[in-house]
Amino acid sequence: MRAGPLVRIENVSKTYHSPEGEISALQDISLNIAEGEFVSIVGPSGCGKSTLLNIIAGLTEPSAGAVYIKGQKVTGPTSLVGYMPQSDQLFEWRTIWRNVLLGLEVLNKVNSETKMQAEKMLRTYGLYEFRKAYPSQLSGGMRQRAALIRTLAINPEILLLDEAFSALDYQTRLVVADEVKQIITRENKTAILVTHDISEAISMADRVVVLTKRPGKIKNIHKIILTCESHTPIGCREAVEFRDYFNRIWKELDVHAE
Amino acid sequence: MPNKSPISQEHLAYLRSKKVYKKRVIAAQILLLVGFIAFWELAAVLRWIDPFITSQPTGIVRTLIALHREGSLYRHIGVTVLETVAGFTLGTLMGTVIAIVLWWSDFLAEVLDPYLVVLNSLPKVALGPILIVWLGQGMRAIVAMALFVSLIVTILSVYTGFAQVDENKIKLLKSFGATKWQILQKVILPASVPTIIAALKINVGLSWVGAIVGEFLVSRAGLGYLIVYGGQVFRLDLVMTSVIILCIAAALMYQLVVIFEKKVLKWQ
Ligand SMILES: Nc1ncnc2c1ncn2[C@@H]1O[C@H](COP(=O)(O)OP(=O)(O)OP(=O)(O)O)[C@@H](O)[C@H]1O
Ligand SMILES: [Mg+2]
Repeated sequence: MRAGPLVRIENVSKTYHSPEGEISALQDISLNIAEGEFVSIVGPSGCGKSTLLNIIAGLTEPSAGAVYIKGQKVTGPTSLVGYMPQSDQLFEWRTIWRNVLLGLEVLNKVNSETKMQAEKMLRTYGLYEFRKAYPSQLSGGMRQRAALIRTLAINPEILLLDEAFSALDYQTRLVVADEVKQIITRENKTAILVTHDISEAISMADRVVVLTKRPGKIKNIHKIILTCESHTPIGCREAVEFRDYFNRIWKELDVHAE
Repeated sequence: MPNKSPISQEHLAYLRSKKVYKKRVIAAQILLLVGFIAFWELAAVLRWIDPFITSQPTGIVRTLIALHREGSLYRHIGVTVLETVAGFTLGTLMGTVIAIVLWWSDFLAEVLDPYLVVLNSLPKVALGPILIVWLGQGMRAIVAMALFVSLIVTILSVYTGFAQVDENKIKLLKSFGATKWQILQKVILPASVPTIIAALKINVGLSWVGAIVGEFLVSRAGLGYLIVYGGQVFRLDLVMTSVIILCIAAALMYQLVVIFEKKVLKWQ
């Protein structure tokens, strides 16, 4: 077994520069994430959540500090990390099958083995019949699943989800969150989820990280232990502890109706 | 997908009324055309207008048959169509390539921005005499004319299209470690196909303008040449015939682009 966390975030700060001035988005964030863990990040709007994910994904350089994955310093995107942007971002002009292969194409890794793997996932998650369809012919939930398979096809160890469900309506969102959580557990991935939805954060995660207003600092970290029979996000919402977590995080977010 | 439950009486009636309406529109369109031609002929025969300067439908048909017998009709059409097709194909291709270069280098795009704006507002036909001096009194100058008319507007609209591609899609590709070349190839170009086709549709029309104006200035063949020649020798039958052929050719070419569009954008 490897010692140490899978992801190590060390004193990361980020300042953006623009003609209007400079914005300190993140300040001194340190966090360790273990293999197989599911971490949710919540925080007020504009506190730097997306910035943090982008830094972990190697899309943005931190102004100070560094992120280490498996002990390796992150200097750019790697196939260890799978990034799920806001809404599914399937390419409308590609069939589901060709969408799923997108990451592999970019990495020059389309071969019979990876194709078989992708095909297997399509079968497992009920999209095989739709492989020749275009995204516009699929429901929101199916599209989200296709997007997840696209990310999983490159076989990353860590999934980063930036408000990945926010484009869905509430009902679909619950179901999709359930599905995604099951798939991530089943494929044995580590995940970091950014969300505005406190319930979603609690119901899916092992830990919830609460950030302060901009510049984002870690305000608190909640270890989530819920007593529920079915360990699905929807089932977990029934747990007695749920309300308690919700209220505490809600207070920490300090949202005032103006 | 619409449900497959048996269609209700009410819906059938709705469909029928739609169909009837559509038929009425088409009937009115045909009537308008036939009426116009009949009135034109009648007015000419009854000398309400002077057919020497307005021409008349029977005169046009006679000219058409004569040109057909001579065989020169198809040469003139062929020449103009060739110039136009060459013009809008080159205009669209070159415009897209230059837009790609601008997308590649933000610095270059910013440097060239004022020049493009100025060139865009310049009436391109004013370049005609220059092109003739540079490229000679022939087809090359005319094709260049047809090209120039559509080039700048293609650059601007395609570049704008590139800039409007969803940032999140680009970010997704970057997260896979995509190079700039891969971003261009996998998202910028395919996402901009509708924009490029829209540009193509506009360019078809503009290139006709370029080709005809070019033929007005220099040429020994083509529909533009027939129009100028007919005007100079007061053969209005010839002018009108050429204009009508031009109408039909331009409409056909536009329809071809529409068919091409449907083929390419089948995912929509
Ligand atoms: N590329 C950039 N250039 C300049 N400022 C930026 C840039 N990206 C983000 N910012 C600013 O940094 C701050 C944090 O942005 P970020 O998107 O990380 O916040 P967020 O927590 O994800 O917000 P939201 O909840 O709205 O998604 C914001 O004030 C934003 O305006
Ligand atoms: Mg965000």
